[in-house]
Amino acid sequence: MLASGIKVLFAGQNMQRLLGGFLVTLRVAIIVLILGGILGVLLGALRTLHNRPLRIILRIYLEIFRIVPTVVLLFVAYYILPQTFGLNLPGEEVAVLVFTLWTAAEMSDIVRGALESVPVHQKESGLAIGLTQAQLFRYVLIPQAIPVALPGTINLATRIIKTTSLLLMISVMDIVNVGQTLVEANGHKNPSAAFWIYGMMFILYYILCAPLSQWAKRVEKKRLERANG
Amino acid sequence: MNWTVITQSLPQFVAGFGITLKLSVIGILGALLVGAIISLVQYFRIPGLRQLATVYIEISRNTPLLVQLFFIFYGLPGLGVKLSATVSGVFGLIFLGGSYMAEAFTGGYNAISKSQIESGRALGLTDLQLARYVVLPQGLTASVPALAANVIFLIKETSIFTVIAIPELTNTALDLIGLYYNSNEYLFELVVAYAIILIPLSLALTWLERRVRYASFGN
Amino acid sequence: MAEELLRVEHLKKSYQSKEVLHDINFAIHKGEVVALLGSSGSGKSTLIRTLNGLEDYQGGTITFAGETVHPSKATWLALRQRIGMVFQSYDLFPNLSVLDNILLGPLKVQHRSRAEAEEDARKLLASVNLADYADRYPRQLSGGQKQRIAIVRALALHPEMMLFDEVTASLDPEMVRGVLDIMTDLAKRDMTMIVVTHEMNFAREVADRVLFLSDGEILEDRQTAEFFAHPATKRAQEFLASMEF
Repeated sequence: MLASGIKVLFAGQNMQRLLGGFLVTLRVAIIVLILGGILGVLLGALRTLHNRPLRIILRIYLEIFRIVPTVVLLFVAYYILPQTFGLNLPGEEVAVLVFTLWTAAEMSDIVRGALESVPVHQKESGLAIGLTQAQLFRYVLIPQAIPVALPGTINLATRIIKTTSLLLMISVMDIVNVGQTLVEANGHKNPSAAFWIYGMMFILYYILCAPLSQWAKRVEKKRLERANG
Repeated sequence: MNWTVITQSLPQFVAGFGITLKLSVIGILGALLVGAIISLVQYFRIPGLRQLATVYIEISRNTPLLVQLFFIFYGLPGLGVKLSATVSGVFGLIFLGGSYMAEAFTGGYNAISKSQIESGRALGLTDLQLARYVVLPQGLTASVPALAANVIFLIKETSIFTVIAIPELTNTALDLIGLYYNSNEYLFELVVAYAIILIPLSLALTWLERRVRYASFGN
Repeated sequence: MAEELLRVEHLKKSYQSKEVLHDINFAIHKGEVVALLGSSGSGKSTLIRTLNGLEDYQGGTITFAGETVHPSKATWLALRQRIGMVFQSYDLFPNLSVLDNILLGPLKVQHRSRAEAEEDARKLLASVNLADYADRYPRQLSGGQKQRIAIVRALALHPEMMLFDEVTASLDPEMVRGVLDIMTDLAKRDMTMIVVTHEMNFAREVADRVLFLSDGEILEDRQTAEFFAHPATKRAQEFLASMEF
């Protein structure tokens, strides 16, 4: 009975449709990573400046995106944007917007932590030889902060990829949604189709995330080895 | 914002609130248990089980909860395993959370400095005694921040239970929106409900982290 | 001369393909205090750690109290009760009180009775002037106090030999004296000791013999007074000239 379901995976255009959904997932993840990454770096750098109101505002922004589940943020944007702001965006764009803001919040904390991990005497030594604030960032802080921020950033990328599975909820035809459609179409005739289709999804997400997780682990290990001599 | 809408829907939200809390607690306790066992399997390098644990952590951490839930709820019946939505949800949360908790525990054990372990060895402690008196007590303390972060993470993840129609908070709000279209009010209630759970909890966990840290390391 | 306690013959140690200890030979008699001197990277820490089974070795033999050490986990577990070791990082276990730190070995490794072991531990604490600190936690102590307790913790097993690996190197200068006094006292009471140290005055006063290591080899094995007065090798002369004492 289990074996019969696997045929559904390869019947007709099914596999192609699944992979098509996978591309939507991938597209959203990449756009979000780039936009959210850039915004996050800027916000993270701003959070290290000695400007109290700015720090507080950015901290509140981070906490909101940390406290409210991403699913809920997604629905808030999905319903509130058209109703309150008259902004009728397609689901995929709403998702990109919400995921980008969430990514930026998380990224800003990674960047802030990495910049602040550079010892104070490094900054003082830089200032002591006459570097400007910008030069300090460019030549002292950023080069030392990148190795610290890298593992967290790679892990954030896997979290973004996994978060794209929420696209289904606002009716974007991502891989999960395509899969669900296939299950609904074939489930009656073939009860084990769901096993194979969701199993396939498992594999696709795994293929995408596992190498990144491995990379993050390797980078972190190397950094710690270097830090501990 | 229409306050009548809010007061009228309050009972449904209270019910959803209870379900979110209940499933979170069960899921988190289960995840802590699974995570603790797995971390010990890895710490003691138990042959066979250790490889199994690695495979589990790999799969659990690199796939979304949503797909895990669909697989458990819709896919497993293909193997003859039929679980209710609620049981699927709890299993899914434990499946996901177990690996996160395991890595938190393991991170704690690994944080124990080499010199602590050598000091223990120099006293003639066996591996088991070293674990029992040196590594585990300190490691648990060191893992508290990561465990706390996972607790918050897992509670938020319960919002995904809505995809298999478990009537928790998010599902309650989406159902009400579907029925009565008052999305502003229902979403407001939803956000407030999560804030009521998560803000005090996150403050309490921060306080706990500090206390535990002070009690064991004095800074 | 007293009975021989430790003999090291043709000891070799490599990390991957790099040999860091070459053909080490020496013997120590009961009650002897040997200072292991040498510049950093000379292999003295590696050598002393090998003598407590914390480093494996690729050749040669170690003989302790007449028995050849078979380098296995079980052998070292048993031997560590007889060979105490104190480290540079005064690693008390932060989760245990001072007393519990000291009692861990006697109770869990030697399975002695609590009453007897505790009485013993309190006596040892009193001998280092820390009798009132039994119930404190490591975080409440200074570095010097922690290191004195780490010594007591090793002594509580009543070892036949003590290894000290740069035990004063991380201490604030004003804490060093107290720790060295305890070691001097131990030496006077005929404890067999191997001491890796940078405290030249201490080595000169307390050690009976000096082993001078350079690049993983013992270049000199001499009576202390002779070594300090007339170092035979150029390396040793340079080393002594570079130290302030």
